[in-house]
Amino acid sequence: MPDINILIPSVLNGLTTGALYALVALGLTLIYGVLHIINFAHGALLMIGLYAVYFLNVQFGIDPYIALLIVPPAMFALGYALQRGIISRAGHGRDENILLVTLGLAIIIENLSLFVFKSDTRVIDTPYSFEVIELFGAFLPLPKVIAFAGALITATLLWLLMARTDLGKAIRALAQEPKGAKLVGIDTEHVFAMSFGLGIACLGVAACLLLPSYYVSPHVGHGFVLIAFTVVVLGGMGSFVGALIGGLIIGVVEALGGLFLGESLGQIGIFLIFILVLIFRPTGLLGHKV
Amino acid sequence: MTDKIQPAGVGRRNFLKTTGAAALGLGVTGFPAVLRAQSAKVKIGLIHPVSGFIAFSGNQCREGALMAIADLNAAGGIKSMGGAQLEAMLADSQGKPDIGAAEVTKMAEAGVDGIVAGYASSISLATSQEAAKTNTPHVVDVGVSDKIVSRGLPNTFRFGPGYGKIAEFAVANLDTINKAAGSPAKTAMIIHEESLFGTGTAKLLSAKLPENGIEVIDVIKHANPTRDFTNIVLQIKSKKPDLIIPANYYNEYVLLARTMRQQRVEAMGIYSVLGGAASNYKFVKEFPEAAENIMDCNHWFNPKSEIAQARKAAAEAKGLVYTYEVFLAYNAVLGLADAIERAGTTDKDAVNAALAASTMDMSYMPYAPTKMVNGQNQGAQPVNTQVQNGDIDVIFPQEFASAEAIFPMT
Amino acid sequence: MRQLQILGLVFALIAFAPLVISSDAWLNLVIMTLYAALLGQAWNILGGYGGQFSFGHAAYFGTGAYTVAVLQVEIGINPWLGMIAGGSMAMLVAAIIGFSTFRYGLRGSYFALVTLAFAEVLRILSNSVNFTGAGVGILIPLEPGVTNFQFLTKDGYFWVIWFMTLAAFATVWWIGNSRFGAQLMAVRDNEAAARALGVQAYRVKMGAILLSSLFSGLAGVFYAQYFLYLDPGIAYGPAVSVESLLVPIIGGMGTLFGPLLGAVALHGISELTREFIGDIPGISLVLYGTLLVIMVLFMPRGLAGLVNRLTPKPKRINPKTVEQTHA
Repeated sequence: MPDINILIPSVLNGLTTGALYALVALGLTLIYGVLHIINFAHGALLMIGLYAVYFLNVQFGIDPYIALLIVPPAMFALGYALQRGIISRAGHGRDENILLVTLGLAIIIENLSLFVFKSDTRVIDTPYSFEVIELFGAFLPLPKVIAFAGALITATLLWLLMARTDLGKAIRALAQEPKGAKLVGIDTEHVFAMSFGLGIACLGVAACLLLPSYYVSPHVGHGFVLIAFTVVVLGGMGSFVGALIGGLIIGVVEALGGLFLGESLGQIGIFLIFILVLIFRPTGLLGHKV
Repeated sequence: MTDKIQPAGVGRRNFLKTTGAAALGLGVTGFPAVLRAQSAKVKIGLIHPVSGFIAFSGNQCREGALMAIADLNAAGGIKSMGGAQLEAMLADSQGKPDIGAAEVTKMAEAGVDGIVAGYASSISLATSQEAAKTNTPHVVDVGVSDKIVSRGLPNTFRFGPGYGKIAEFAVANLDTINKAAGSPAKTAMIIHEESLFGTGTAKLLSAKLPENGIEVIDVIKHANPTRDFTNIVLQIKSKKPDLIIPANYYNEYVLLARTMRQQRVEAMGIYSVLGGAASNYKFVKEFPEAAENIMDCNHWFNPKSEIAQARKAAAEAKGLVYTYEVFLAYNAVLGLADAIERAGTTDKDAVNAALAASTMDMSYMPYAPTKMVNGQNQGAQPVNTQVQNGDIDVIFPQEFASAEAIFPMT
Repeated sequence: MRQLQILGLVFALIAFAPLVISSDAWLNLVIMTLYAALLGQAWNILGGYGGQFSFGHAAYFGTGAYTVAVLQVEIGINPWLGMIAGGSMAMLVAAIIGFSTFRYGLRGSYFALVTLAFAEVLRILSNSVNFTGAGVGILIPLEPGVTNFQFLTKDGYFWVIWFMTLAAFATVWWIGNSRFGAQLMAVRDNEAAARALGVQAYRVKMGAILLSSLFSGLAGVFYAQYFLYLDPGIAYGPAVSVESLLVPIIGGMGTLFGPLLGAVALHGISELTREFIGDIPGISLVLYGTLLVIMVLFMPRGLAGLVNRLTPKPKRINPKTVEQTHA
């Protein structure tokens, strides 16, 4: 039995880790919920974002949080171009083809990174890397607290975008009635690409908030893809609030699973929850039939 | 066309062009032997995971092995064979045992004279087994699993230590260090990664540490990658062990060390076994404060050997971080070349016999005299290192030590 | 009937491989291509003919592999018997997965993701229990002998994988020409309509997942006996799941010859890129990925679709081209 005194710190830490998962999942839920694309390249694109943050920091001394002004827009452009230039063309509207294209893209991106950046694990050094905030006897690393706030803000912004803007309305219309949306004159190709771009821009945000407490290497994305899918399904496809809550739940489940079952076996908790939710409530906690 | 961008001494293996032409023809038999007879060069196959998850280590191994080949060639090649030059045949196992084995088959047919492979134990198991089918001499560079050399394969050799030996040394040396300080450490916690090397090492340590009066209060196994170490560190904090013993890969080690600092863990010592980072100059440079006074029981060179220091300087001049992968792969090539030199031929049986009888001088390593038993060099052993003032010093055994152990650390 | 003749001819031609090919490396390539075709055809039964995309075929592969290895190492059961046990255990796992997903009507990406999660659960479990050797893995002792399912030459392994793959392809031919197959494809194309016509969708899908898992399990048995070492990542990791779906998608889903074409194409590309691109880490895989994307761009229905388009008569595949690229 684990010490009862570490339960609170462990849960608090699980929440901050969960916020990072939510950040990665926010982009995925948009792409998955609207475009119904199972994006195998999500992890590889996160890695690209992390390298961007890394090089901005190391080459130009730009703080990762300042990089928030640069990396997400750049990632948006990359996502837009990928969807419009490659994914939609190669997809031919068939699920299996889209799957294959994103898989192919993942292989290309990862191995190009291996070639260009080499296989070294890279970390950045910031003045606040080791700063902690004390809360209920727990030491919470400052970068993770900032990431937690960042996840909340990002989810809110996305929600506002979807609820209040014309683009948001178009995206929602497209997600629910692709044919109808086309009939009323929505430029579907453009809106699809905007959605994909936004999803990838979220990865840019995630990269800026993640790097101060993590590292980057060509295969770093793998560790987050499966978790992100879990979060998306748990929260409900296309639901930002769901992704946020889902991320936090997964973070806490992981922490408690590790505590009670051991760190290695404890990972099983994530997947068991995932399976149970899929079987008994496939629309997720906050999802509705799309 | 690729010849131009390759380092000296490397040639294409021309597998498709040579064996392929024959296979597509009418079933020519026996031509690989013909091919080999025509070749004046000694072909050394280097199979490493240069892409995939363990690409960093794989590339380090490849670089080390290539440096050895370049050095040997510069020193006149294989003298007993009229100064025959060594030629590297490169292959990427992508971190997968099946691809590693397939590359062995290809190399064997392209007339390879000996193979240095695998880095990971799982790949080394597959490559050595496949090489055994053609009796091709196979030297394992890193692969610490003791199963590699306990299968009775007559072609498989390892000049470095396996984890059985390493764990034994880790326990014995820890005991000495602890007793010298008046036995302050009574408890320990082991944090290990979940694959072969971490699990195997942890099992041996938890069996042996109690014999020296150190109680193992917990063993925590974690996944690769583990995204967050706070949970593990919280458990360390609550159990307050005197010693923390990590056995994991570089990425996880970095996160663990960083989290321990964030969470202000205090222990008498951090004593890692085959720890990815504590004997890695990159880690020490990037995290000088977190690394200070961490001890490690790991592969290392003999710091008092001029040869070793010169090789380290040469590797660093090439922009390499001088990690254990580099010098273990370097040594593996030297061991193979030494056997070919003594055999005076590339005849596989003769080279295997020469490897089995190897007494190569390895004074550049902290090893006892080389002696092969079942393909394992009995002289191989790890050493204890400690990060002191931003540098990595050997603290044990005494004859190789460049500094005194600082224990308990403050 | 024409398809069956072509199938027979193709496998008869492949059977000449050990006689014609003297090179072990080339024979190994043929073996690994057949093995990929087996994995792909197994997936094709459920994914191509049944329309149920699985991302977790490693669950069956790994179970087959671990069953034969563990029975052999821990209890000393002959691996030939272990092969039967491996196939059966894989089917048992499939029965559990199928029961818990199809009964609740999981479809599309939900089904895909849940199978992925099941494979992960098995990976974590095999990493935690002792009889699989946990993270240390399990090593099958090297004792060559036909009775021991270990062969000194590659010919023996060739015949094993040839028979396994032939069995899978024959099964799929049967599916394409049987009432069961017609029902399965009806469920794939429109489940509601199929139900209305009296097709018991749940039973049909269970049948498909069981057959599918049997062949994946056999592929796992073959892998274990060929390489003699397993660990949780090899057995249950995502690599096998990805290869299982890549092969039939590239080749042509829901077609008899698709997985064979896909396996030949993928292994051919992988071999060529590794051979001619040089030894710079990663670059050959970049080209491999690029070729994948290009193939999808120009062949939305896989190689089988392309073959159909280019040949005057539908469903006709020129066996000569298949064999040439193969040997």
